[in-house]
This record gives sequence, structure tokens and C-alpha cells, in this order.
Amino acid sequence: MDRRESIKSLVLGSLVGGLALESCVSDSKEELTAKVWEHQYGRTPKEQAVDQKLLGEQFFTPHEIETITQLGHLILPPNENGSIIDAGVPEFIEFMAKDYPGFQEPIRGGIMGLDHESNTRFEKVFTSITEEQQKTLLDEIAFPNPELSSTEQPQPIQFFSLVKNLVMTGYFTSAIGIEELGYVGNSPNVWDGVPQDVLDDHGLAYDSEWVTKCVDQEKRNDTAQWDEQGNLIS
Amino acid sequence: MQIIESTKKYDVVIVGSGAGGGMATKVLADSGLKVAVVEAGPYFDPANPEQQTQLKWPHESPRRGANTQRVFGEFDMAYGGWELDGEPYTQVGDSQFDWYRSRMLGGRTNHWGRISLRFGPRDFKGKDRDGLGENWPIGYDDIKPYYDKVDKLIGVFGSKENLPNEPDGFFLPAPKPRLHELYYIKGAKKSNVKVIPSRLSILTKRINNDRGVCFYCNQCNRSCSVYADFSSGSCLIFPAQKSGDQVDLYVDSMVREVLVNDEGKATGVSYINKKDRTENKIFGKVVILAASACSSARILLNSKSKQHPNGLGNNSNMVGKYLHDSTGTDRMAFMPSMMNRKRYNEDGVGGMHIYSPWWLDNKKLDFPRGYHIEVWGGMGMPSYGTGFNVNDLNKYLGIKVGGYGNPLREDIQKFYGSVMGMSGRGEAIAREDNYCEIDPTKVDEFGIPVLRFNYHWSDFERNQARHMHNTFEEIIDNMGGIVLGDKPTAEQNHGLLNPGRIIHEVGTTRMGNDPKTSVVNKFEQLHDVKNVFIVDAGPFVSQADKNPTWTILALAWRTSDFIIQELKKQNI
Repeated sequence: MDRRESIKSLVLGSLVGGLALESCVSDSKEELTAKVWEHQYGRTPKEQAVDQKLLGEQFFTPHEIETITQLGHLILPPNENGSIIDAGVPEFIEFMAKDYPGFQEPIRGGIMGLDHESNTRFEKVFTSITEEQQKTLLDEIAFPNPELSSTEQPQPIQFFSLVKNLVMTGYFTSAIGIEELGYVGNSPNVWDGVPQDVLDDHGLAYDSEWVTKCVDQEKRNDTAQWDEQGNLIS
Repeated sequence: MQIIESTKKYDVVIVGSGAGGGMATKVLADSGLKVAVVEAGPYFDPANPEQQTQLKWPHESPRRGANTQRVFGEFDMAYGGWELDGEPYTQVGDSQFDWYRSRMLGGRTNHWGRISLRFGPRDFKGKDRDGLGENWPIGYDDIKPYYDKVDKLIGVFGSKENLPNEPDGFFLPAPKPRLHELYYIKGAKKSNVKVIPSRLSILTKRINNDRGVCFYCNQCNRSCSVYADFSSGSCLIFPAQKSGDQVDLYVDSMVREVLVNDEGKATGVSYINKKDRTENKIFGKVVILAASACSSARILLNSKSKQHPNGLGNNSNMVGKYLHDSTGTDRMAFMPSMMNRKRYNEDGVGGMHIYSPWWLDNKKLDFPRGYHIEVWGGMGMPSYGTGFNVNDLNKYLGIKVGGYGNPLREDIQKFYGSVMGMSGRGEAIAREDNYCEIDPTKVDEFGIPVLRFNYHWSDFERNQARHMHNTFEEIIDNMGGIVLGDKPTAEQNHGLLNPGRIIHEVGTTRMGNDPKTSVVNKFEQLHDVKNVFIVDAGPFVSQADKNPTWTILALAWRTSDFIIQELKKQNI
């Protein structure tokens, strides 16, 4: 895509974006219903209606989604667990842009700025340059100055940090990301203290007097009974 | 539209179904009285699969747990927040009181921290110690039998410690500390800060066959589907419904005012049915307000009549006054020794396994009253926000911050579970000039005049917050941790959060022996109207550095016993 074409597409993009804000329903009713019913997580009717509305709208243009996706692959390259696509990251970012409209301008404007930089240097938009070229651009915006607060960073750095944060959180809250991170909870279990090898690694130990106050998990199903002084006797 | 009058006549009409309303419902229904419970929100049962959020994964939601819909994250079980659509409130001048409400059966008990602390003997008599505020008209001995009964009925884990102002109770056994909590114990000991097992109303052991035992998912804030934590619906209202046909629930019903007869005695309440937006009346011999401290004050102030032109129970002009919330501020620590942790399930119960009760003598300090320290951290379930600023902590290790690609994977693995935090929660002094009142210029979407707040912290609270940060920094240092963030400055109120942020607001209808300076007597009965009682935290004279729920429950039970006696004696 040459520079003029890319400008044209950006103009079109903003038009599509503008329409999206007016609640453009991209899916058929059936498709939308299926999308909403994927998400069964204890919503009130009012909250469900919000989800339904947002899931029926499209904010980002195809070019923007493609840019987000390519950025996502650079931030977290696919590995043996899967990819950001498998983790639903682009859909998640699309949803968040509508759920938290404060993301819209920084991401949309950030992509335009990125394309401008890419066009200036390589005469193509970001999604059309080589991975090596993409990385030369990222190397300039991926390293915030740790002495400055996040809002004091230059805009291109703020943009990349925002996309990076959303990609990271989208991936590591997905099923494959959670597995990769190694979180093993959210399931019924019995807590009986820190494993001994971990205690040893940290040079820590349970105080024996403290442990006498703790639950004997063998007796957790025996109904509690106390003497008159409040001592547990069951 | 015409006001609809119910033909049913109740013994007791209870407004609100949280801790206080739930307890009154249970005790009064069990005694054979006919009870109506009027709740502003919908019916809620944590075991209902359509409402349940417990054990859901972040990826089951399109926003992965973000807090755009529910302020504590979308899996949190409060249909509420500091801002509610259609239910505004206003401020006097530069006052900034943040008013949290939860509109659902069980109210805020569905998501609260389950920290279930008794007030100690000193907490009822603060004025005797430092001349500030007012003493309660009751003491620890008056309420102790009820704390004991609440412990046994609802269940609370903890440990016998024989501390003078942290009374022991009938405890279930405590869970063992987690790794970050062991580090805290080590650091706190070096600073001579007392640490004991926490006291939370979570069943680490069976107490009856109606409720399950904790299975350690860490999600009490989502309300437990096997009823292993204390929520008012699952532990009080549902059991009360089992005792026959004693309880009628009116949900989605927003109370406007208490109705009175020609003698000025309460006859019932009027409420807005939110579903059809009609105004309704129901009648009872006794009215109990348990709508939360500020909501109950609002109802009283809006209950103006020929007999009570200043609002109900407000001859003293004290309704709404002495509003106070806990003080609060927080700090985080990075623990380099907790990098690259071995993975195992350390979810534990939904809250801390240990805490520090107040441990100092105020004589040498520049603030009155105390605070306790809550501790948090661990390898928690990822949620929206996980992976944000993934390697900012590299700067403490002399490594470059930022980048992209596979190194980020290593960073998130490395830092997972290495950050922990502490929260101080303390006692503010109740003051007459911190109050809520009716704003005559505004109504909510139900046509009910709204509250206006006037609340300012004093140096007592600011100095306390400064002390909290000094303590946090010392403990973090002793743990081998790195304090994150700068110490809040005096201009930042030393990090003291806005009043209302800790959601322990109390005191708006305080109890006392003198009808000129208090709203209710020591049985939470309005001085001015004998058949109206308040069983939320409004009657609290002072907050103590304890969470209010266990005291709300004990007082509500005591008041309910008093109501039963008074009805028998035909005094009300």
C-alpha cells in the first residue's frame, strides 16, 4: 500500500469507526445470541444487556484489528501453548475498547501514528513491512523511561505500553495463558500449609505453637463443638 | 398513580436484608413472629447458577474480570458501588464522602471481607481513655453473650489469644499462614508488631448440615455457593424461611419513609416497587430499619409528618450526625526472595490468614485510638490487570524495563506472586460536624429526596495514616522487601483514603441514654418512637479499629430479643 492509499484507508477507517459508535450490528441475530451465550458468568439482566450491546458493535476497522494482531504476535510470539489468537486477545481488545471508551482514542490514534512512522521510513503501513522492520520501530517505543510516570512518557511509548498491557492481560487470563503461568487454583481443594520444600527454600518454618491453633483437616467434617470456655472439643 | 396498600398485617416490617436485617429476620421469625423483609435490590442466592460467579474463570467473560461494571471487578458479588445509576447523592462544599451501597438480598454481606472482630471492653469506653467522642451506653459484658451466640450460629475461625481488647470467642480452627504471610510474621516480629491468626466468618470446619465447609477457593467476595462463608441470605434469611411461613420477602422495593398514625407511632413503611414504579404501603406493629447507617438516617429524615415535623426520631436533631468511617491506607511491597516461585495452590480462604491487631499505647503517639493491619498477596487467579507493566520491577534489579517478545514471558513468570501488600484500618473520632442530611434540591429516580454529605478528616486521622505508612515501611524492610511507591505526603493526607472508601460507615443514629444527644437507646429503640428500631451500624457510638459486622449482628440479636419481650409485655 502506498502512502496515498494508506491515507485513503485511514479516512475510510475513521468513517467505519464513527459508524461503529452508532451501534452497527455486525452479526446476524443468531450469531449474536451465540456470542452472548458463550458468556455465562452470573450477570444481572442489566449487565447482560450491556454485554449484548457491546458484543453487537464493532469499533476497530479490519486494518486496526490486523495491526493489533500483528503487534500482539510481536509482544507474545506463538509458542507450544498456542498464540494470542488462541487466547482470544484481539476480540478481548475490541471488547475493551467499547467497554472502556477511554482506550479508543489512544489506540486508534496510536495505530495511525505507528503507520505514519512506518510509511515515512518504509513507505508502507506497519502491517505491510517485514518483521525486522517492525522490530526496528518497536525498539524505539517499547522501552519506557523508568524515571518517568506512565502518563509522562512520550505518546508512542504510552501507546505501545497500552497495547502491550492489554495483550499481556488478555493472554494470561485465557485458558492457555493461565496454564502457561502455572496458576493451579480456582478449584475445590484443602489448604494445609506451604509445602515443606518451599518452606525449606525460603528458610521459613511454621511455629509449633501457631500450628496448634490451625485446622486439623482430618476433622474438618466433624461438627464443631466447644466447652464452656470456647475450647474446640471436636 | 394511587398508592397500593397491602392488606397483610405483619408483626414486624424490616427494611434491609444485610447483616442487621438478616439477623433480626432470623431471630424474630424463629420466635413465631410474622415478618416482612423489604429489600431495595433483587433476590439473590449464591447457589443459583444464573447468579453464581464463584469458580468462574476470567476467560468466561469478554472483559476478563475488568471493573467497568462492578467496581471491585465483575465477579465480585455486590450489585452496587460508590455510584449507582439513578441514585445520586451530593456533598457540602469540598466534602468528599464516598457512599457505597449494594442493592441485593443480603446486601454487602455477599462480598465483604468476612473479617469478624468483636469490639473489646476499651472500644465501648473510648472517652474514658482520651476524652474524645462519647462512651457507649453499654459495655462489653452487655454484648458478650450475643457475640458468643453469633459465633456459634454463623461460625468464625480464629484463635484464643487472651488479649485484653481482642476478646476471644467460640472459634473454628484457623488456616495455616501462606508463604507471604510467613514473611510478614517474620518482619512484624522484628518490629514488635503483634501478629495472630485472622478471625473470619468462614467455615474451616462443619457447623451444621445446612452449610458446606470451606473448599479454599479464595473467592468469598463472590459469595459462597455452598454457604461456607457468612452471607446474610444464605446464613440467616434462608434458614429463617425454613421455620414455616413466617417471612415474606419484598425485593426490588425501595423504602421511602416510615408511616405513622395520629399518635405518632409507626404503622409500617411506604416503598417504591422498582419493577412497576408504583408506591406501596405495608403495615406492621414494629418497624426495624436495617438499610445501612446512611440509608436508615435518610429514611428517618424523609419520614416527616405532622407528628414528627423534623423527621422521625429526630427531636434531638442528631439523625445523620456523627457519621464516621474507618481510616484506611495501603502499601505494597516487592519481595525479591519471592521471585521465581514454585507453583502450588495457595488460594486459601477468601481473605488473610493472619493479621495484626492494634498493639500500641497511644500515650506516646500523636493520634488517639488504633488500627489493625491486614495482609494480602500470593499467586492469585489471573484477572484483568495481570501482566500490566509486566517488568516494571526490573528497575529494582538493575535490569531494563520494557521490551517485547519472549522475555516478557520470563518476566511474568519471574514476578508472579512476588508482590504483597498491607492495609491499615483504624478508628476515626466521631464528630457532630461530620454528617449526612437531606438535600432539599434533589430526588433520586424514585422521587425520594437524596442525601448530602459533609465529612472532613482531622489531624487525628491523618497522623494515624502517617503512622501506618511508617509501620508498613519498617515491616517491609524487616521482611527483606522493597517498598513500592513513595510515602504519601501531608498534601496527600498521608495516603488516608476518602471517607466512605473503607465501607464501614457508622454512627448516624447513635445510641445513648440521653434523648437530647442520641437517637436510639441502648436497645437500638428510637427515643422518640417506641416501636421503631435500628439494627444496622447507625447506632454505633464509635467505630473501634474493628470491622463493624460482628457487632451489628450481636446488637441486632440483642435488640430482637428485646422486641420479643416488649411485644409480650405489650409495651410496644
